[in-house]
Amino acid sequence: MELAIGIMLCGCALGAGIAIGIGALGPGLGEGSAVAKACEAIGRQPESKSDVTSTLILGCALAETTGLYALIIALLLILLAPGRFVDLLVNAVK
Amino acid sequence: MQFKKPDAKFKAVDILLLFLTALPFLAAIALKVLFMPAGDGMEITGAFIFFTIKLPVMDLPISEAQVNSWAVVVSVLFLCLYLTHGIRARVTTKRQILAEWAVEKLDNLVKENMGDFFMGFAPFVCAILMLSALSSLSSLLGLFAPTSDLNIAAGWALLVFFLITYYKLKGGPLYYIKGFFEPLPVMLPMNILGEVATPVAMTLRHYGNILSGSVISILLAGALQALTKMVLGKLPGFFGEFPFFQIGIPAVLSVYFDLFSGCLQAFIFVMLTMLFVSTSFPADEYWKRMNKKAKKQKLS
Repeated sequence: MELAIGIMLCGCALGAGIAIGIGALGPGLGEGSAVAKACEAIGRQPESKSDVTSTLILGCALAETTGLYALIIALLLILLAPGRFVDLLVNAVK
Repeated sequence: MQFKKPDAKFKAVDILLLFLTALPFLAAIALKVLFMPAGDGMEITGAFIFFTIKLPVMDLPISEAQVNSWAVVVSVLFLCLYLTHGIRARVTTKRQILAEWAVEKLDNLVKENMGDFFMGFAPFVCAILMLSALSSLSSLLGLFAPTSDLNIAAGWALLVFFLITYYKLKGGPLYYIKGFFEPLPVMLPMNILGEVATPVAMTLRHYGNILSGSVISILLAGALQALTKMVLGKLPGFFGEFPFFQIGIPAVLSVYFDLFSGCLQAFIFVMLTMLFVSTSFPADEYWKRMNKKAKKQKLS
C-alpha cells in the first residue's frame, strides 16, 4: 500500500515537472523569436517603436497562453491530484 | 482665469471621498485579520471561504476573493466620485486635468482599436481596466488578489463572450449560423470549439499570470527561509533566528510580479476584449441589413 502511494506521488511530481518543462519550451522559443523580429523592425524603422512595442506585448501575451495551460496542469498535479488519487486508491483497496 | 479658493465644505467632502476610497481596502484587511486563521503565509492555498449561503440547487460560497473584488468595486466608485468632484466646464482643479487626461487617453485607445462605431465601449473598457489593475495591485496590501481566483477572471471572460456573441448576432441569426459552417461544413466541431476556447483562454491567461506570480513569490520566500536556516542556523541567539536573507530580495520579484505583471495583464485583457469584440462584428452585413430595414420602412 505504501509502495503504491509512493509510486503515485512520484508520478504526480514527475508529471508536473515534465508538463511545465515541455510546456515552457514552446512559449519561450516563440516569444524569443517574436522579440527578435520586433527588434529588427525597430532597428529598421525607429519611428514605429510604440506601435511595434504594443503589438509585441499583445503577441507575447497570446503566445504565453499554452505555457500557462501547462503551468495550471502542473499546479493541479502538485496541489490537487495526489489527494484525489490517494483517496481513489484507498477506496479501491477497501 | 481665476482659481477660486475652495471653501471648508468642499474640502470636507474631498477628505470624506478620499477616506471612502481607502476604506474598502482597510475593511478587507480588517476582515482578513479578524476571521482568517493565522498562518505563516507560506502555503499555496485558494481563497478563504467566509461563509456559505444555502441555496436549493447549489450552495453559494462567499470567498475572500469575492469580498475583495467588492471592495475594489466600491473603491473605484469613490475614486471616480473624488476625481469628478467639483468638475466645471472651465478647468479649476488639478484632479480635473487628471480625469480629463485619462478619459481622453482611453477614448483614443478605443478609437484606435475598435473604430468609431464602438465608441460606447469606452466606459466598459475603462471599468474592466480599473477593476483588473486594482485587483492585482491589492496583493501589495497583503490581501488575496481577486484575479488569482479562477472565478473572478472567468466572470469577466464570460461577460466578454456574451458581448462577442451579441455583436456576431448583429449580422442576423442566419449569418451567425452560417459562420459555423465556414470554410467547410466539416469544420463545425472545430468552429464551436474555437468559439468556446476564446473565453477559456482569456480566463486562464489572466488567472495563470497572476497566480504564477504569487506561487513563485511564495516558493522564493520558502527557499530563502530554508537558506537562512542552513547558513545562519548554527549561530547562537539572535543571529540564528533573524531572517537575513528574506530582507529585500522578495521585494525585487514583487516589483515585477505584482506591479508590472498586474498592470500588464489588465491592459492585455482589455486589448483582447476590444480586438475580439470589434473583429466579431460583421460590419458589411450589418449595414446591408440596416439599409434593407430602412427601405422597408420607407415603402410601408
